Amino acid sequence: MADIRLRSIEKMYGETAALCGIDLDIRDGEFLTLVGPSGCGKSTLLRIIAGLEEQTRGEVEIDGKSVNKIRASKRDLAMVFQSYALYPHLTVWQNMITPLRLRDLSSLERMPFIGRFVPGQRDKVKSLHTLAGETAHTLKLEQLLHRKPGQLSGGQRQRVALGRAMVRKPRAFLMDEPLSNLDAALRVHMRAELAELHRNLKTTFIYVTHDQAEALTMSDRIAIMIDGEIIQLGTPDEIYKNPRDRRVAEFVGSPKINILSGDVDESGNVSIMGNHTGIRIRKRIKKVHLGIRPEHFRLVNGNGATDSWPFHVTYKENLGSDFYLHGHLNGSKNRIITRAAPDEVGRITIGETVKVRARQGKPMVFCDNDCRIDVMQEAGYGSA
Amino acid sequence: MIGHATSFSEYMKHIVLIFGSLIVILPFYVMVSYSLKSPHEIATNSGGFIGAQQPMVDEYCVKLGNPPEECMQKPLVYNYTQAFKKAPLLRYLVNGLVVTASIFFIQALIAVPCAYALAKLRFWGRDFVFSMVMFCLLIPVHTIALPIYIMLAKVSLTNTYAALIIPWTISVLGIFLMRQFFMTVPDDLIDAARMDGMNEFSIIWRVMLPTAIPALLAFAIISVVAHWNDYFWPRVVITGDRSLYTPPLGLREFKGDADGSIWGPMMATATVIVTPLIAAFLLAQKRFVEGITMTGMK
Ligand SMILES: Nc1ncnc2c1ncn2[C@@H]1O[C@H](COP(=O)(O)OP(=O)(O)O)[C@@H](O)[C@H]1O
Ligand SMILES: [Mg+2]
Repeated sequence: MADIRLRSIEKMYGETAALCGIDLDIRDGEFLTLVGPSGCGKSTLLRIIAGLEEQTRGEVEIDGKSVNKIRASKRDLAMVFQSYALYPHLTVWQNMITPLRLRDLSSLERMPFIGRFVPGQRDKVKSLHTLAGETAHTLKLEQLLHRKPGQLSGGQRQRVALGRAMVRKPRAFLMDEPLSNLDAALRVHMRAELAELHRNLKTTFIYVTHDQAEALTMSDRIAIMIDGEIIQLGTPDEIYKNPRDRRVAEFVGSPKINILSGDVDESGNVSIMGNHTGIRIRKRIKKVHLGIRPEHFRLVNGNGATDSWPFHVTYKENLGSDFYLHGHLNGSKNRIITRAAPDEVGRITIGETVKVRARQGKPMVFCDNDCRIDVMQEAGYGSA
Repeated sequence: MIGHATSFSEYMKHIVLIFGSLIVILPFYVMVSYSLKSPHEIATNSGGFIGAQQPMVDEYCVKLGNPPEECMQKPLVYNYTQAFKKAPLLRYLVNGLVVTASIFFIQALIAVPCAYALAKLRFWGRDFVFSMVMFCLLIPVHTIALPIYIMLAKVSLTNTYAALIIPWTISVLGIFLMRQFFMTVPDDLIDAARMDGMNEFSIIWRVMLPTAIPALLAFAIISVVAHWNDYFWPRVVITGDRSLYTPPLGLREFKGDADGSIWGPMMATATVIVTPLIAAFLLAQKRFVEGITMTGMK
């Protein structure tokens, strides 16, 4: 159990900055996800927390104490690696018991043969075995204890890696893309299991992933990292519904949010290709970008409405429960994806032009350098 | 047609290989054959591979005053008993074992941590140190034999086991081979061990070494063969004390006798010397090839 505080962490590799001033408070027992595109510095940050890498500047505090000078092995954190990093020459059981032996037995007690004659060693070893046995039971590893990692499937190795991290009951778990090497179905399954594990253990989890879906489904809070900076920190709901930056909006959500370029007139009304949007902003700029998620479009019947836009359908993607229509706003480069219910889509053919409009209050406005612009009011819009 | 051409080139390959292996095997054939034959058969080049095994007279036994009838022996028995009697071959074999085992043990003790540092630790000047290791691979031992001999003589270590062992304890080849292997071990494994609470030395001996057994075995064979068979260095530093002779030096016991009868026992000695190596290689053959392939030496 631990709260972890990062204060203006910077990391330089030679001349290039991998992290530029990370401040982050991770609460005790929280499931915090660091998510961002590959190469943004997530692993570097996690390794700095773990103590495997030294920061160029800044401070890592665990439970209020600075751990800058404390080695990885003494920080009482456990890490799960993407490659699992199990000891290939040891059995599952030995893999799980090794961290316990290293923590609880002195080097004399760990010695083969001689160790047995150290007073009290037997009891200690027995309690280690109970601990490891409990973990093996929790993770349903009992059948595999005598196998070597080479004889396990990816999913099983993943469990063993978790088990090896869990036995020690560390102050916090650090996980670096632990599910990336699993197949899609298992990954979805393990998401649920990890979330449940977190609920039961009530330990701090710091979870790194490049997959926004993993972040949205499991986390208490998400930190979005881009280019070595945390650009937004919040609950999955906040991040999805209220991104404060265009890059966040684009990174979170699948399919990706649609970005349309819009023009602003003197009184602040935003229009797209001459079509009204009904959005007004206070900021005095000429150009903005409008972000609209696929599920925030509505298909409109008839041609009458002035606030609807002609949409040329080029591709229909059938997901069973939903359809995604790909296409562009007539004659423009604005490619968009809209979601629609199957019964609405039945009559639409590829190549046809239909009318769509954005649901009221849903479009987000961004400035040229990615900042979010608050919408003043929406006027002249029929109810959605 | 294609199948035909392929099988023809296969034939050619095998013929070349068989020819090559014949050239390699021939001296061994002669060695084993001579070790079985009587002096007469060796001199006249008769008797096929194993000779007729006609009982022969042991001249030395007669000289000691025994009646010739009691000194009759089969050539095979004569050659091999002579090998062990004329020179204390058993003693030499033990010397060889002690020397090669100590050399390899200390080489591994030094090479494994060095290789780990060169492969996995980041420190100032690492690339330079590694290039020096590569450079040392190019130095033939014979060029530095004299300075080393002088140094050993200055500290009065000639004619000791130490003289046979110490100059070989730092093997740049071993450091190089192990380093190449350690480069292939994923960094995550080492980081995981650090998170588990291991210090760097535990990582070397409990994580790196067990994963590197095939590579170490390959190096073991290279090292043991080289030092078991080495004639040059023991000849340089062991000048007086015959009780320190290694097996190849033992062969010297048979030189210089004009008497032809010496060939049989000499070849018997040679056979005894190489047998342990061949047996060891056959036992470890599979892993040896594995190890060589893994270190990218193939
Ligand atoms: N040992 C290193 N030496 C130099 N640059 C590195 C090193 N490790 C990481 N980097 C750089 O730091 C940046 C962040 O890397 P990383 O934390 O691994 O990204 P992520 O895990 O988010 O994909 C990358 O641009 C990477 O090239
Ligand atoms: Mg990474």
